Amino acid sequence: MIGRLLKRLSIAEVLLALSVLVLVVVVAVPVFLIFWTALFVDGSMNIDDIVKILSEPDTYEALKNSIVIAAGVTVCSTILGVFFAWLVSRTDLPFKNTMKLLFLVPFMLPSFIGALAWKMLLSPYSGYINKFLMNTFDLADPPFDIFTLWGIIAVETMYLFPFVFIQVSGALERMDPTLEESARISGAGLLTITRRITLPLMLPSIGAGALLVALYSLAHFGVPAILGNEVGIYIIPTKIYEKLHQSAGSFTAIRTGTILASILVISAGLILWAQSAILKSGRFQVIAGKSMRPMLLKLRGLKYPLLLVSVIYLAVTVLLPTATIFLVGGLKTYGLELTMENMTLDNLKYILFEWQMTKDSIWNSFYLSLAAAFVTMLVGTLISYVIVKMKIRGKFILEFLGVLPFSVPGTVIALGVILTWSGKFGINIYNTAWIIFVAYIARYMAFSLKSNSAALEQVHDSLEEAARACGATHWQALKDIVIPLIKPGMVAAFFLIFLPALRELTTSVLLYGPTTRTIGVAIYTLNEDGETVYAATLASVALVIIVIGHFLIKRVTRTSNEGV
Amino acid sequence: MSYVHLKNVTKRFGDVVAVNNLTMEIEKGECFSMLGPSGCGKTTTLRMIAGFEDLDEGEIAVGERVFSSSAKRYYLPPEKRDFGMVFQAFAVWPHLNVFDNVAFPLQIRNLSRADIAERAKLALRHTGLDKYERSYPNELSSGQKQRIALARAIAINPTVMLLDEPLSNLDPKLREEMRFEIKDLQRKFGFTIIFVTHDQSEAMALSDRILVMRDGVVQQVDSPINIYTKPANRFIFSFIGLSNFLPVVFRNGSAFIEGAEDAGPIAGTIPADRGNDRMLLACRPSEIDLQKDGGVRALVKRKVYLGDIIDYRVMVGDTEVRVQKSRRSPSFSEGESCCLRFSQMHWYPHEDS
Ligand SMILES: Nc1ncnc2c1ncn2[C@@H]1O[C@H](COP(=O)(O)OP(=O)(O)OP(=O)(O)O)[C@@H](O)[C@H]1O
Ligand SMILES: [Mg+2]
Repeated sequence: MIGRLLKRLSIAEVLLALSVLVLVVVVAVPVFLIFWTALFVDGSMNIDDIVKILSEPDTYEALKNSIVIAAGVTVCSTILGVFFAWLVSRTDLPFKNTMKLLFLVPFMLPSFIGALAWKMLLSPYSGYINKFLMNTFDLADPPFDIFTLWGIIAVETMYLFPFVFIQVSGALERMDPTLEESARISGAGLLTITRRITLPLMLPSIGAGALLVALYSLAHFGVPAILGNEVGIYIIPTKIYEKLHQSAGSFTAIRTGTILASILVISAGLILWAQSAILKSGRFQVIAGKSMRPMLLKLRGLKYPLLLVSVIYLAVTVLLPTATIFLVGGLKTYGLELTMENMTLDNLKYILFEWQMTKDSIWNSFYLSLAAAFVTMLVGTLISYVIVKMKIRGKFILEFLGVLPFSVPGTVIALGVILTWSGKFGINIYNTAWIIFVAYIARYMAFSLKSNSAALEQVHDSLEEAARACGATHWQALKDIVIPLIKPGMVAAFFLIFLPALRELTTSVLLYGPTTRTIGVAIYTLNEDGETVYAATLASVALVIIVIGHFLIKRVTRTSNEGV
Repeated sequence: MSYVHLKNVTKRFGDVVAVNNLTMEIEKGECFSMLGPSGCGKTTTLRMIAGFEDLDEGEIAVGERVFSSSAKRYYLPPEKRDFGMVFQAFAVWPHLNVFDNVAFPLQIRNLSRADIAERAKLALRHTGLDKYERSYPNELSSGQKQRIALARAIAINPTVMLLDEPLSNLDPKLREEMRFEIKDLQRKFGFTIIFVTHDQSEAMALSDRILVMRDGVVQQVDSPINIYTKPANRFIFSFIGLSNFLPVVFRNGSAFIEGAEDAGPIAGTIPADRGNDRMLLACRPSEIDLQKDGGVRALVKRKVYLGDIIDYRVMVGDTEVRVQKSRRSPSFSEGESCCLRFSQMHWYPHEDS
């Protein structure tokens, strides 16, 4: 019966239907349910209720904090990112190419692990740096307090500024240097040129990077949770988490959650819309022509001081936290001096081989990331193929649905899958690994679509048509021509999902059950339970896995690119 | 009294000597071209004059004033030199409209609003852009973009105008048009032009004098006509216009094309210095006459019509010679035998000797 139906449909129609189905089930239904739950009570729209919930002190406070933190992080990341980008691409800073790579390293360090380290260093009385300063200078009060809005902003900035850095340094390198030189010969000094020529020309890239930071910061869970929850500073994602956890899923809690989540989705949508509008302004295309020798500012006496500043910045934001995690992870008990005789390998042995909870978490993260990366990569290839290559009626539905994954933050996805998969439609996978798996697919679909459609756009239509003209069926053309050509894009998509999923926290923290903690969740809950040392030990394991993972990607993507 | 002086200027990039011991003197109001193949150091020279590059050796002065000196480690920054400069890739600022692009150098000089408007409008009028004041560069054609760059350069009424292949991003017809416009502007404003190009016809059409460069070394500085008719060496001869190079041997006071001694001697004056009895005869295809008899015997191998001229390949023994004749002169057909007379001969040492 189904076989006969399939025969009547063309392969194109089947693929389209399948793609639409996946996106509807995985992304559209959860998002729709969130809006629905937020807006309707017992089947009728209830705006008064929404206003009431939003004006409750704690939700109102969370909204305000979200805006303050996102704005602060965006401003600070933009300043840092632009400054460092300018330093490595427009000055004669020594070791520029190495520095350029090093400035991307903060991306590798999961920000919630960074937050954990900063908590160990700068929490008011027990932080190592505070203790050191109080002892050395005989201070009565700790000089730093990381559990503040400023602390959260500072830590997020450390790990998010590369978004701006990448955008701006790329744009500066692509910019035609004669645009600046002609201003110079017109009589303008370097300051004037920077203010009136370079900065305005860089504005779209700066804006795009800044909006990316804003989007990320708004939806980010780890840093504000670790540094804010203890002292009652909440933002939207951590408030949603708190509501769900404290009230064990009561309806009012879920409703507050969905209202906050709706606000997140709408803000994310607005940010993405602004970003594409900025990038579309073609007036600013300043790609260089023949001679590509940018005008480098001679730093002269400032050369080595500025290099030192950059190196110190990286040491403080990357090396110091990493070292802290590894050292604290090896301590016999939290609070001891960081000396050799206080170190032990027992913690490592315990979490790797003895403690079921941590052992589970590593295993869970591994197979969930692998499975999610594999499935999302394949489904993403299918959907991108239909969007990029097929001429078929009804494609616009898919194009519309395809944009959705980009604008749905992790917290929203988690809440959405809870609404969808806890029995409402006859399937209840709450508290199982399956719900995390489904959420990961929704969360990382955007990465897969981006990577796959980029690869597919490279494959000219005529290649497939030539195969069809030679007598190949649509399926054969796909299998023998298209798939081999886009394989590098698929491999890239796989790793683009696998690595972030391995360290995921925002989504899984709302979805985990007794036996389905991921590494991120385990580190987070250990920290929450005051098991700081074990949290650090597990975090060091995570860091090692991440570094090995990045190393492997480099090798695998290199060989798979050589294959083409 | 010359105006722009370069004295023994040398510039190195690592192991590459981009400009090697260059000395040149440019008169006030002159149109001076630097011509040479890609990578010979033209842009580097221009950028040193503009002040974008320091010198490894030598000195650059304008009028009485030293602008760059490697000995004194003194470099007047580009923004203080009051030059106009036009780049190959236009370099108009996409975020400013046409008027603001042109007004920028005037605003930098803190002129009054009225002055700025007046001088910018003058520059726009002279470049035919007055209609486009409020347009943005991306709404304009490439020719118009290059006009913005020109207008911006002349707005400050500079004494020296530096042009780095300003026409090579334009299509051929526009290129010729712009040549005349640049010349016109020079007449009106009286600035000195230093013009960089690798297109010899462009240099010929525009310049009072041409400097030919190769691998950072000056080959010849002369008027266009002298560069064409009295090239100082073989490189210049082949770089400017079409050329034949024929190996020649001397026997009993006569010159023969090597390997084709039985085709008869070459008529005309033979150089006094004959090397080792072997030299290279250089001549342009248009300066060879094709005749029924009298001259070096040859065979027409191929004949192609190029509009008004006919392009022949004729064989003297095993040596191919290219000849171009007007359509109106007596015509030969393929396979026919003929005789060659060389009217303008240039002699250069043979490669092997
Ligand atoms: N900033 C630089 N760094 C290293 N090498 C350079 C630099 N600028 C120029 N060169 C080298 O110096 C030589 C001369 O370059 P230049 O740009 O002056 O040539 P050009 O005559 O303008 O050539 P073109 O006709 O291609 O523009 C080249 O070998 C070039 O590679
Ligand atoms: Mg050049």
